[in-house]
Amino acid sequence: MKPPARYSALGLARRGISGDSWPRAWRQVELRPSYDVVIIGGGVHGLATAYYLARNHGITKVAVVDKSYIGSGGSGRNTAIVRSNYLTPEGVAFYDRSLQLYNDMAGELNINVMFSRRGHLTLAHSDAALRTMRWRAEVNKLQGIDSSVIDPAQVKELAPSLDVSHHTRYPILGALYHPPGGIIRHDAVVWGYARAADAMGVQIHQKTEVLDILVEGGEGPEGKGAGGRVTGVRTSQGDIAAPIVVNATAGWASLISAMAGVELPISTRPLQAAVTEPVKVFLPTVVVSGSLHVYVSQTDRGELVFGASVDPYNNYSVRGSLEFTEELAGHVLELMPGISKMRLLRQWAGLCDMTPDYSPIMGFTPVEGFLCDVGWGTYGFKAGPVSGETMAECVATKSVPELIQAFGLDRFGHGRLVGEKGAAAVGH
Amino acid sequence: MLLVPCPHCGPRNSADLRYVGESVSRPDAESATPEHWRRYLYTRSNPAGWLRETWYCRLGCRRFFTVERHTASNQFRTPVVPGDKPEAKA
Repeated sequence: MKPPARYSALGLARRGISGDSWPRAWRQVELRPSYDVVIIGGGVHGLATAYYLARNHGITKVAVVDKSYIGSGGSGRNTAIVRSNYLTPEGVAFYDRSLQLYNDMAGELNINVMFSRRGHLTLAHSDAALRTMRWRAEVNKLQGIDSSVIDPAQVKELAPSLDVSHHTRYPILGALYHPPGGIIRHDAVVWGYARAADAMGVQIHQKTEVLDILVEGGEGPEGKGAGGRVTGVRTSQGDIAAPIVVNATAGWASLISAMAGVELPISTRPLQAAVTEPVKVFLPTVVVSGSLHVYVSQTDRGELVFGASVDPYNNYSVRGSLEFTEELAGHVLELMPGISKMRLLRQWAGLCDMTPDYSPIMGFTPVEGFLCDVGWGTYGFKAGPVSGETMAECVATKSVPELIQAFGLDRFGHGRLVGEKGAAAVGH
Repeated sequence: MLLVPCPHCGPRNSADLRYVGESVSRPDAESATPEHWRRYLYTRSNPAGWLRETWYCRLGCRRFFTVERHTASNQFRTPVVPGDKPEAKA
């Protein structure tokens, strides 16, 4: 196999002058009749799992299948914010590992992921919110995460465009400041993992929709469900035999799991986001307000990216709504009155698989060989690398790594919910 | 804007209502096993299609009702008469 061209400044200059095109970043190959592992979903999670399976465990007979192009779901629709200042100790340890992997990613994957550790502010507009911030800061500090509560004057210093006066409807009483948080170019993360996994022999099959998961010996209809064993998947390009199938989808997690006879505690809801026209850089940090359900960051191109909370009812449609735009604009202007003349460029929505405790569902299921990496709600992108690493370990060692032991599907039966109130969709 | 057909108030903006979620029937407390309770509390079918769901008419009649909505197109089917209980699944 020919190794892919390395990306470098010299290569960029040479191609800039000569006009030569870049080689394909990953191969397009025929589907084989069988694989050791089939991963459903070609987003950050699926591709990272494939990459770490190959790199850490030497398992390369792996196929990543996606019904559309890679990164077309949640991986390309999120607001690209990464942070680790969560509330539960389980969450903090998990997301911090992800942040470390993101930090080393550009060098490891040889791709410019444009990681900007610009700091992350979570604003508090009430005493209750401020109390939660203090709680989060203490949990974070205990685990060695750089995170502290700051007062409105310090908020103003970090983000001068914010209105910190007391004349507003939701005055800013303080904020949780998390310097290691930031934004990263989400497409590059997807492409980087795809290219690196492909270079180690993993196959990526786009436009390959999974129609059914083949299970035998289960107690449900057609031998599916608890006690069964996975034998392969039926795709739009033909059947594939595989002893291990990983569900790494977001938005369709319930539907894919149902194909194996596994029911999940998930409700799918869209989350809408929008982007403005580009302007000169004026917002140096990521600003989040749980009470106002909004998060704002400025891209390197100068556009402001806005995200909201999830829609109030279940939906599989990714169309936007005018109500959302109006509400979002009102909330952003509440924080930053100075940008009232800016125009929105476009808006979009991504599907969020919400679980009852705002934590993911990872690891084994009652069907042997069928693993889940789902329920990623509003926090899937920032967890991509660590999910890949831990899911790969799960597949290779047949045991659940300590980092994700709290996130098993069986926690709902045992009443051991995680209760991650530090997630983006949760109002404080 | 999503217009929700409340059986008492007629079509209303979804912002006037509270979405309770997918309709699930409460298991019989006498015979239910922990597994039944788990399914009742957490497990949802979450279909991409017709979903039987419960709404609460927050700013109108302040009553609960069940209705079927398509989760991709947002179309509604005739609302179920309030007070009707979905048949027990457990």
